[in-house]
Amino acid sequence: MDFTVNSTESGAPNKDLLQPELFPGELVVALAGNPNTGKSTIFNALTGLRQHTGNWPGKTVSGARGRYMHRQKNFLLVDLPGTYSLLANSAEEEIARDFICFSRPAVTVVVTDATCLERNLNLVLQVLEITGQVVVCVNLMDEARRKKIHLDLPALSQLLGVPVVGTNARDGQGLSELKEAVYRVAFNLESLHPARVKYGPGLEQAAAELAAGFGASLKEQVNQRWLALRLLEGDSTILSSLQRHLGLPHPQIEALLELSSKVRQKGGSTFQDAVVSALVDRAEKIASRVVRLENMEQNRLDRKIDNVVTSRKWGFPIMLALLGLVFWITISGANYPSELLSAAFHFSEEKLTALFVRAGSPDWLHGALVSGLYKTLTWVIAVMLPPMAIFFPLFTLLEDLGYLPRVAFNLDNSFKKARAHGKQALTMCMGFGCNAAGVISCRIIDSPRERLIATITNNFVPCNGRFPLLIALSTIFIGKAAGALASLAAAGALLGSIMISFFITLLVSRVLSATALKGLPSSFTLELPPYRMPRVGRVLMRSIMDRTLFVLGRAVTVAAPAGLVIWFMANVTVDGASLLKHGAAFLEPLARLMGLDGFILMAFILGFPANELVIPILIMSYLSTGSMLELESLEDLRQLFLANGWTWLTAVCTMLFALNHFPCGTTLLTIRQETNSFKMTFLSFLVPTLTGIIICIIIAGTARLLGLA
Amino acid sequence: MHELLISLNRLAPGSMAKVVQLSAEGPTRRRLLDLGLVAGTLVESLRKSPSGDPTAYQIRGAVIALRSEEAAKILVEPAY
Repeated sequence: MDFTVNSTESGAPNKDLLQPELFPGELVVALAGNPNTGKSTIFNALTGLRQHTGNWPGKTVSGARGRYMHRQKNFLLVDLPGTYSLLANSAEEEIARDFICFSRPAVTVVVTDATCLERNLNLVLQVLEITGQVVVCVNLMDEARRKKIHLDLPALSQLLGVPVVGTNARDGQGLSELKEAVYRVAFNLESLHPARVKYGPGLEQAAAELAAGFGASLKEQVNQRWLALRLLEGDSTILSSLQRHLGLPHPQIEALLELSSKVRQKGGSTFQDAVVSALVDRAEKIASRVVRLENMEQNRLDRKIDNVVTSRKWGFPIMLALLGLVFWITISGANYPSELLSAAFHFSEEKLTALFVRAGSPDWLHGALVSGLYKTLTWVIAVMLPPMAIFFPLFTLLEDLGYLPRVAFNLDNSFKKARAHGKQALTMCMGFGCNAAGVISCRIIDSPRERLIATITNNFVPCNGRFPLLIALSTIFIGKAAGALASLAAAGALLGSIMISFFITLLVSRVLSATALKGLPSSFTLELPPYRMPRVGRVLMRSIMDRTLFVLGRAVTVAAPAGLVIWFMANVTVDGASLLKHGAAFLEPLARLMGLDGFILMAFILGFPANELVIPILIMSYLSTGSMLELESLEDLRQLFLANGWTWLTAVCTMLFALNHFPCGTTLLTIRQETNSFKMTFLSFLVPTLTGIIICIIIAGTARLLGLA
Repeated sequence: MHELLISLNRLAPGSMAKVVQLSAEGPTRRRLLDLGLVAGTLVESLRKSPSGDPTAYQIRGAVIALRSEEAAKILVEPAY
């Protein structure tokens, strides 16, 4: 659920990542590191920005930038995507590698996880091959202490030949030391003797031979030994990067290719293994001299937790129970504050109306501004704010804990059978917050085919904007029937909706894999990071500031003008009926077939800017006055719907269509940006809409045939 | 000696093995190598997902889940 201001504004951020705009005298500092090492936390702490963080790999999918000052010098910090390596296995690794290699930052900070240093050293060693201007930041020192892992940082610095700083970014510890170290490296105040991995005589000789053949201009611009090694490994992406970033002419590229294949023939395909083995060996040796485990069973607790939450017996029940619990707390907790807000807004509406009357303003002006704009706006706030302010912190808590990757682990087999990517489960989780954010998060899937599947199907997950509708309808039509257990039943209905959307996602993914996006699943690996104690205070702050207010802000900007438009549609009459009524009448035949009515379908269409609007539009359309009635409780809403011929079937079909219909405007725009294809955007529109129409027709038809409704 | 080798997906949860060789090619091979799965690396099979696949492995201090297709391409020597 990465929809902070940073990540959403940078729709296509990687284009200009390599050429950041600089203030005069400003120095570029690249922030590299394995996924899930707290890199984003460090970025936020240094720059004061709020790049979203969370305990699962692959959060930083765009290159956020921020500035900070130290000793009167300006630094521009560039947050590179989290990678385990720079050997260009994925788009993220290529971006990170190209930035370090071709943008030549003054300093590259490599953030590592103190609790699994050995694994992180692989990346450190690879960065050191490209540049010596490095500061190694060993983060999560408190976690390491808790797990009784002792680290000898001075020895690490000695072995790597660059400064090493231990930090606890979450508490701000060690950050000033980090800034100082960066400053010292940037201004050459530090004597650096970066460690270089020895690859054995065969490989070193081949690399030297190859490097001798490089042109003079190339020698100046890139580290030759490093480039030679990449070419020997058979890394084809490096050639296109040379062309792109250094403007290397085509014939020169061809010559390089020929030269490297000639040298490579001597070593065969063993070069790649030799490089990686040497790196891994070196990392192991360094770690063995720096890391001391007091307690060999450091992961005992994590294992115990995993033995339960990912067990055959409890894995699925716990997952469902947690999701149900989150919904139940949200629904039962949101009722009272929602009513309070409604009452407050209603009170100020009366005052506003009185003001308009006293000023002698015409009826239409009062209608448009108060009955249209103000009422729609306040409805959205009253209905959305309380559940979001509860739902997001709860969800962020689970995220911080490290539970989400376990969900992906539990569900992966289903995704494999649907020929989709296991990380699609993570992008779906993001979709709960906002589908546009879910679509952006699909970047963590590196196979293009599976990424498209995840993108197109993300909208099947109900986003936060659709929850109010689902919650309201399940409360008044299903919860009501359950009597005393109302909020429990409503939570159950919501959970049922989620499960339906999950199965539809799998089904549609499978169908897409057999048709428009043919193919077999590509390989993937999923890291299950250590559990971390969430900081409750920070979680609250962050989820309310970053998520709740952000989503609410967007909803409000859409709701205000939409309220105006809808009011006009409901009040401008042609041939004795409002525009809204004309539209509804036109849609009526199809809507009836789907178990809905013309107004409901019209509300979904007019709700295209934001799903939050569907209910207010519906209310407005049902009222002959052309504005929203004074609905003080959900009971009023129920009465209004019943008076307009709603049955349980209407409620069920409306909920189903809410789950399965076209993505909102923002999401479609995001899909267009991410896929860069009209065809895929259109497909993303068509697939859920058709699915929704078909499901509704089947359900409504069956229910009518059986005489149930 | 060679009859003792099995592919990693057949390693029973709870047991350890040493990596002998990767039979994967291309991007999959790189990805596996990047996880530190070079010859000689000790791997522990932790548990299977509730639905039977993937399986979580302890590899060089990290817990990594691999689908059976990928694990099948890793030849290991079980350690007893």
